[in-house]
Amino acid sequence: MRYLPLTDRDRKEMLKSINAAGINDLYRDVPKEAWLNEPIGLPNHASELQVERHFQKLADQNQAAFSGPFFVGAGAYRHHVPASVDHLIQRGEFLTSYTPYQPEISQGTLQYLFEFQTQVALLTGMDVANASLYDGSTGCAEAILMAQRVTRRRQAILSGNLHGQYRDVAETVTQFTDEKMDKLEPCPENPEQDYERILRHLNKDTSCVVVQNPDVFGHIRDLTPLAEAVHEKGALLVVVVTEAVSFGALKSPGEMGADIVVGEGQSIGGGLNFGGPYLGLFATRDQFVRQMPGRLCGETVDEQGTRGYVLTLSTREQHIRREKATSNICTNSGLTALAFTIHMTLLGEKGIRALAMLNHKKACELRDTLKGIPSIEVLNKAFFNEISVKLPIPAAAVVERLAEIGILGGVPASRIFPGVDNVGNILILAATELNEESDFKALGKGLKEVLK
Amino acid sequence: MSTYTGNRGLDINEPLLFEIGNLERTGVEIPEIEDFENALGGLERSGPIGTPGLSEPETMRHFTRLSRKNFAIDMGIFPLGSCTMKHNPRLNEKMARIPGLSDIHPLQPFSTVQGSLGVMKELADWLTGLTGMPAVALSPKAGANGELCGLMAIRAALEDTGNAREFVLIPESAHGTNPATAALCGYKVKSIPVNDKGRVDLDAFLRELDEMGETIAAIMLTNPNTCGLFESDIIKIADAVHNIGAYFYCDGANFNAIVGKIRPGDLGIDAMHINLHKTFSTPHGGGGPGSGPVVFSEALAPFVPVPYLVADGEKLSLKEALDGTDKAFGRLTAFHGQMGMYIRALSYIMSHGEDGLRQVAEDAVLNANYILEHLKDVMTPSFDGPCMHEALFDDRFLKGTGVETLDFAKAMIDEGFHPMTMYFPLVVHGAILIEPTETESKRTLDQFIAALRDLAKAAREGDVERFTKAPHLAPMKRLDETAAARNPVLRWRES
Repeated sequence: MRYLPLTDRDRKEMLKSINAAGINDLYRDVPKEAWLNEPIGLPNHASELQVERHFQKLADQNQAAFSGPFFVGAGAYRHHVPASVDHLIQRGEFLTSYTPYQPEISQGTLQYLFEFQTQVALLTGMDVANASLYDGSTGCAEAILMAQRVTRRRQAILSGNLHGQYRDVAETVTQFTDEKMDKLEPCPENPEQDYERILRHLNKDTSCVVVQNPDVFGHIRDLTPLAEAVHEKGALLVVVVTEAVSFGALKSPGEMGADIVVGEGQSIGGGLNFGGPYLGLFATRDQFVRQMPGRLCGETVDEQGTRGYVLTLSTREQHIRREKATSNICTNSGLTALAFTIHMTLLGEKGIRALAMLNHKKACELRDTLKGIPSIEVLNKAFFNEISVKLPIPAAAVVERLAEIGILGGVPASRIFPGVDNVGNILILAATELNEESDFKALGKGLKEVLK
Repeated sequence: MSTYTGNRGLDINEPLLFEIGNLERTGVEIPEIEDFENALGGLERSGPIGTPGLSEPETMRHFTRLSRKNFAIDMGIFPLGSCTMKHNPRLNEKMARIPGLSDIHPLQPFSTVQGSLGVMKELADWLTGLTGMPAVALSPKAGANGELCGLMAIRAALEDTGNAREFVLIPESAHGTNPATAALCGYKVKSIPVNDKGRVDLDAFLRELDEMGETIAAIMLTNPNTCGLFESDIIKIADAVHNIGAYFYCDGANFNAIVGKIRPGDLGIDAMHINLHKTFSTPHGGGGPGSGPVVFSEALAPFVPVPYLVADGEKLSLKEALDGTDKAFGRLTAFHGQMGMYIRALSYIMSHGEDGLRQVAEDAVLNANYILEHLKDVMTPSFDGPCMHEALFDDRFLKGTGVETLDFAKAMIDEGFHPMTMYFPLVVHGAILIEPTETESKRTLDQFIAALRDLAKAAREGDVERFTKAPHLAPMKRLDETAAARNPVLRWRES
């Protein structure tokens, strides 16, 4: 067994030295009726080569993103990640360490978390950020619970244009608390309508309003007036951003008056990975720090006065506060946060801005391609790197047909809003720096063929 | 001696990124774009964001230098009790990076992701096989998220019968996530009495069940428990819980001690999360990402959250919609969970196979008992008898020495070890919880034992400075955590 250092001789010697009759002697507290008397019947061990062949066979059954024109987004985006990012996060000192409980021998992790928190605060335009949560969707639910703690109110209004699965997560996580979710209907064609509905629903019991920007259909809007209206009622504005690259091009949520910003950080430093592990970004204003969920890294000094970093404000957390904690979260997303920090370091101010504008330009090319198809209606006026179109037939069928001819042509809105009436013909498509002119051409041609 | 730079040989000081980078520098080349008419609707970001960049060589150096200030499993024994810090095979990393598995979007049509769904199916089959439980929810993001999944299924099942009940019983020795999770599910927490053998006090527990009866929704028990002991009355506990119509949630953080040898399903457990980053060796990565699938009994299987796998002959898909066609209690995350971790865990599981996993459990238990036996004359074990995969001591052996558990732990750093878990579980004074795992060699264990014996002797002999000023030799001295909390500085700001 290649991963087990003990030899049979070691085992014998060790058992003898501790006066155990055999290994099962050490399991003597296990009730006899629970003993497995024969093998379960699962396969036995396999060599590296066997395992590699098995996974390659599974991989061959997928139609991977790299295999053809690719326009799938809706909360996860395909970007180029510099080679050095993956190299650095695989250094054993990062990969095989754990939560920095012993700060004297964890300054590497702690310092990059401090850098991560700073980068996230700057990108979102907020005062402080935590050391990450699991992902954007669970972060969104945490934000709603936090708004309840801050305002002592119990009703969250969820924009209709918030990612459908984020809405489901928020509803699930809060279902046994006092918090009530006011879920509005999606407005793929007219984001202003969503905005008006939020204002109509807003009242003195509202704890927070949750909006996504760019929203799930790709629309972007200035949230400043909404923030003012929300604050006037004493509620908090939670802004969800699922495409972190957009921070490089768009006015930050902080500038527009957000109180809590929740982000999916996968786009920076992370791959698609079929949905995880991703990275939850979570930022807020200084005054709410003690109501934040998750780990926080803070600066301090050691006994000689040298600057260093520690996990801090842990009295908010479950290992101290138990049932009164701000969240039950323990493990977060250390390694994907590191990938984010390294990629952001490589990009810098200049790179993130250029990358964001390049994404936007590609999306404009995508829009132009789609506008060239007579039976398709492009729904977005203002957008970042994702747009929605209305098709003459159900989008799910179109996506299947496109896949058959090698094109991964976006996400049917019905996939993330199952059972919602007005989204059946809506298709959501994203473009990134990875799309080339030939991709757009192939998409245009494919769509024309499928819609013929 | 002091040096001009403040560096000490290989230990090189590294300033913050914000002190060495600037807004002009970058380590990437983005193609220049010609002017075009943008469609940002007047929402362009103005003014600097303020995130400095570095070139690639500077970036490599910055993070490489930082990495060298960390202790890691790759460097030595990392015996954090309850965390299962075992070797992370690099084959698992390679498998997770096969482009045909990593470059897949979670919302591609099912017809294009049969291989990825196949990975999920195979992992699900292993987890249900190893636990003897019929259903599994793969999507929980980590252990605590798995607890939430399990407890929500329990609450949904109870509500289905018309009575959600009020209380969840949890021992004081439990992980803090247990009560925090119960609170999030709207339950009040009541503690389970524990006896002087470190286990649930069965008689007192049965009396409590009798008194509280149908107000109890569930118990949450860790098994093997956080004292490193197998709950010997577990089957009787499960029967009693079921008799009042309540459910048995097991915190599976310590599954490593029994994997392949004992199936939780045979113990009467209704739901248990499995930390893939513990038992199945997906890397801890400086604090995540983890992954916490939950296995369920027949009674709870109908309530598993979406998404879950559906097989139609050879064709796999996911049930994603909360459409009222089943009893799924909801959705815990966007997409399908920690796929990258499923691949790593499956690679680990296949490499070991059933025979190897049984050996994993046995070697983990043997290593822990080896440590327990060879330290018990100089340190103070909290309970008699053999332990499972971790050995628990308290601080009686330090009494009167002027050395506390914290000091003892810091002195271990000077000896080149990562300290064990300390002050947890809360039920013994000054707890020292040592989990060596199966991937430590006898040579490492012998050295570790010898060092701890030497430290115990030094404490007894009054060499207090070795402890109270420790670590003497780490990159940093002890850090002022009180100051950090009193005046939180949580980000860099231009001064």
